[in-house]
Amino acid sequence: MTDMAQPIASPPSASSVMLAMANKVWMSAFPFVVVIALWQFASLFFPRFLFPSLVDVFWRCIDIFTTGSMFWDVMATVLRILAGLAGAFVIGGILGLIMVRSKAADKFLSPILTLFQGIPALSWVVFAIIWFHGIEFRIFFIMVMTTLPAFTFQVIGALRGMSKDLTEMVFSFRPTRLKLFRVMIAPAILPDILTAWKVNLGNAARVVVVAELVGATGGVGYQLLQQQQLFDMAGALAWTLQLVFFVLIVQGVLTLIENTAFRYRAVSERAI
Amino acid sequence: MTDTLVAEKAATAGGVIHLGDVTKVFGKEGVAGSYRAVDHLNLDVASGQMLALLGKTGCGKSTIFNMIAGLTEPTAGTVRVNGKNPFAEFDAFRGKIAIVFQGDRLLPWRTAIQNVQLGLEMLDRPPPDRKDTARKWLIKLGLGGHEDDYPHQLSGGMRQRVSIARAFATNADLLLCDEPFSALDESTAGKLRGEFVRLVKENGKTAVFITHSISEALEIGDRIVVLKRPAMIAYDVSFDKDTPLEERMMIRERIGEVLAA
Repeated sequence: MTDMAQPIASPPSASSVMLAMANKVWMSAFPFVVVIALWQFASLFFPRFLFPSLVDVFWRCIDIFTTGSMFWDVMATVLRILAGLAGAFVIGGILGLIMVRSKAADKFLSPILTLFQGIPALSWVVFAIIWFHGIEFRIFFIMVMTTLPAFTFQVIGALRGMSKDLTEMVFSFRPTRLKLFRVMIAPAILPDILTAWKVNLGNAARVVVVAELVGATGGVGYQLLQQQQLFDMAGALAWTLQLVFFVLIVQGVLTLIENTAFRYRAVSERAI
Repeated sequence: MTDTLVAEKAATAGGVIHLGDVTKVFGKEGVAGSYRAVDHLNLDVASGQMLALLGKTGCGKSTIFNMIAGLTEPTAGTVRVNGKNPFAEFDAFRGKIAIVFQGDRLLPWRTAIQNVQLGLEMLDRPPPDRKDTARKWLIKLGLGGHEDDYPHQLSGGMRQRVSIARAFATNADLLLCDEPFSALDESTAGKLRGEFVRLVKENGKTAVFITHSISEALEIGDRIVVLKRPAMIAYDVSFDKDTPLEERMMIRERIGEVLAA
């Protein structure tokens, strides 16, 4: 059998690349276009307080963005989410490390965290209102308590899932604890940490609204309560969209970090 | 049974590596599931020696290897490397022992040159210095131009070369190799073996090489220790490059007999 020269594929033309990109954008936008069209269609037949025109919602969104006091409400919610997630991540990371290193700590803390996981977010809101006075601390407490178990279990899973062979290899060079963390632990657990952030971000966005709804004097949750009392559906949608935009932006940043940090990964040509 | 066929036995008490009456039991002895991997083993390795530890799978080679590396503690007996306990004085061996593992064990998030720099980072060598050293070793092992490739972009043989470069880069006096070429095809393995022996001799290292291949042991070692389960020395022979072919054939036959017994 002789070797046959393989035909060399010519590079794709600029127009075909553009066409492929446009197709990709269209495929991603298509579900949203359908939802928007259905809503707008419904707004023609239903009263404004049930299905407001999305044009009105759009202008309300612009209004929130451009009015200082209202934009500050959005930022307050964003900061609360980020602070709560950061707090839960730091505490969860420390607890996870302790639980991986000590069987006794694991046996003691695991049931407590599982118990916490079973407590509804709304119960934590009630507990926080009864226990604490400061609004910001209340919300921080609620955010931490609702996302802490997930962060802890995800850190534990990541640490336990680290390759034993690679860890042993790094150990053979006798690293200090700090260097072991920098060269092995941090890069090995980063994929799971980013996934944990992505998952908890959605949860946190939902919980913060509940916390603000009953225990705050500002923020997206508080504003949603105002819209409900005014029966203003356009306002409720506009404020909800602020939170959706924020989640999308942070998810985008996390995806960007993933694409940069995990460029070392081999990609199979065959999809799962 | 211990033979001295060709040269005088290099086993000298107080060598670079000393294992005195070493026993290793995994689990609690006498309890179901416990396993005696090493049984009252005595072994000394002299400076500059290339010792091939030969034995069948499960004979305790890797346990001995891990004890010398300081990754496992013996249940009884003494393990000393340069007069120190490698398990208890773990950090004292930073930069003194380098290991080439069975698989390449490259960190997938690091490029080839970053992987080679790993041991140098542990020694706090300045970045430009460690980069130069890593590049030098990659070029020496025929990987010039692949410095910035990630492990998944390299072939199995190239990855194993990177792991050899990583071990040599630290300039450790003692090299421990755990069947580093067993996963490679024979042609690549043969080529790498030759390069490995040359580098060890050129750089005056002491090496312990674990293998289950008689041919590999004869090619690499200047002393071969054949182990029988549970890691007892069944045959111990030293030779050198001037050893005549007939004597090498005799050694090969003898090893075959010991392993088959």
